Amino acid sequence: MAYSEKVVDHYNNPRNVGSFTKDTPGVGTGLVGAPECGDVMKLQIKVNLETGVIEDAKFKTFGCGSAIASSSLATEWLKGKTVDEAAKIKNTDIVNELKLPPVKIHCSVLAEDAIKAALADYKEKHA
Amino acid sequence: MALKFPIFMDSQSTTPVDPRVVEAMIPYFTEKFGHPASRNHPFGWEAEGAVDKAREQLAALIGARDPKELVFTSGGTESINLAIKGVAEMYREKGTHIVTTVIEQRAGLDVCKRLERQGYTVTYVPVQADGLVDVEEIRKAITDKTILISVMFANNEVGTIQDIAAIGTLAKEKGIIFHTDATQAVGKVPLNVEAMGIDLLSCTAHLIYGPKGVGALYVRRKAPRVRIAPMMDGGGHERGMRSGTLPVPLIVGFGKAAEICRAEMEQEGARLKTLRDRLQDTILSNVDEAFLNGHPERRLPHNLNISFAYVEGESVLMGLNKESALSSGSACTSATLEPSYVISALGASAELAHSSIRFSLHRFTTQEEVDYVAAKTIEVIKRLRDMSPLYELAKEGVDLKSIQWKAE
Repeated sequence: MAYSEKVVDHYNNPRNVGSFTKDTPGVGTGLVGAPECGDVMKLQIKVNLETGVIEDAKFKTFGCGSAIASSSLATEWLKGKTVDEAAKIKNTDIVNELKLPPVKIHCSVLAEDAIKAALADYKEKHA
Repeated sequence: MALKFPIFMDSQSTTPVDPRVVEAMIPYFTEKFGHPASRNHPFGWEAEGAVDKAREQLAALIGARDPKELVFTSGGTESINLAIKGVAEMYREKGTHIVTTVIEQRAGLDVCKRLERQGYTVTYVPVQADGLVDVEEIRKAITDKTILISVMFANNEVGTIQDIAAIGTLAKEKGIIFHTDATQAVGKVPLNVEAMGIDLLSCTAHLIYGPKGVGALYVRRKAPRVRIAPMMDGGGHERGMRSGTLPVPLIVGFGKAAEICRAEMEQEGARLKTLRDRLQDTILSNVDEAFLNGHPERRLPHNLNISFAYVEGESVLMGLNKESALSSGSACTSATLEPSYVISALGASAELAHSSIRFSLHRFTTQEEVDYVAAKTIEVIKRLRDMSPLYELAKEGVDLKSIQWKAE
């Protein structure tokens, strides 16, 4: 199976790899997937507490190239969005952007789950 | 010598045809194109002679007493089908139980699954952590209804070599027919059907530097005389066990490939083992939490299978596949989206099955290639671990098993 150019690009030059300390103000963390399934994503957002805008995002992923690309793309899209706007990112947007084949759709679903989990964690901590 | 890319290190999936084999085959396409069953003219005699010679070359490689004990087929899958289904059908009156292992190739397992649907019973004997089958487990599985023991000679993923002679002895003691899928072992390690008590043996040309599309089944004629029901009815070729016009050029190539393996196996095996050990030592001494899969010694000399904790196999291959061809037990590289059942059967966690990479060397592998692949693998693993949340958690001292993972 050949990979799309965008998947290869994100795999070779992943955006925003890294971690924030979990208790930094404004940080929300999502950890989704399971090692035995072959996919785990950690996605973090750092929200400006005054404006509600996501200023920075980081990820780390254990998974195939498409899982790495999906989470890398998600961090790119999250930056600059408000928390409410971020909640509207759909897995199908990721599928279309990366041209993921049907067997890799679960990677995009996991990325959407990671976004939701990070947003939920942020809201819980900053309610 | 300058490296030529991509580097092929996936020789347990297939091998390049040896140029000497191609050379031997060529006349049989255009000049010597006769049908070996044409008994009344020189074209037929010439083709029959060529097939007989190939049969002798292959018989010599596996230690068969009589070249007539070899039946040509289309490859390993067909040989395995013919052996297991052929015995099952022929000896149904005698019994309906088969003993095999959990790490057989898909062909062996799928044939057994089909037979189960047809009323046979099959015992799938487990393997130990090193991939070895405990012969006592096979003994315990045998019932008075057992008609066949089918155990692979060497595993295609982890390369573990079974104690075939001991299983052969057990089969003789119990009067049960013994089949071995030796597709990965023939031509690579010493093997002798007489000394090892093998009654049926499956092999294929394309894994020994021969052409794709031809294989063979060894069927013992004496002590005991093994009978199998044919799967293919027709002109009664191959002593009635496999009808169909013989692909003479492929068979000639198979014979030549067998002859070369017999002459060069010892030297080639030693050379590949040295290179394989070099690859293994370089990787394991530079990467922490990398685990060798399979038996440390009883293993094919050209096989290396390693699980790299905290990174997923397909992503490793993606980092390597521009320059080198390898394979992985990761679910993402399989058609079924399940991780390797072989690695899982060794008792490894599913995570480590997803993380397994198989390196398989071959006749034309060079030390430069080994060094390049080793260095590149180390680099890719490091890069992927730097972006692995599991590696980060493990380094922080978190026990990954203590986390409530939300599986999809």
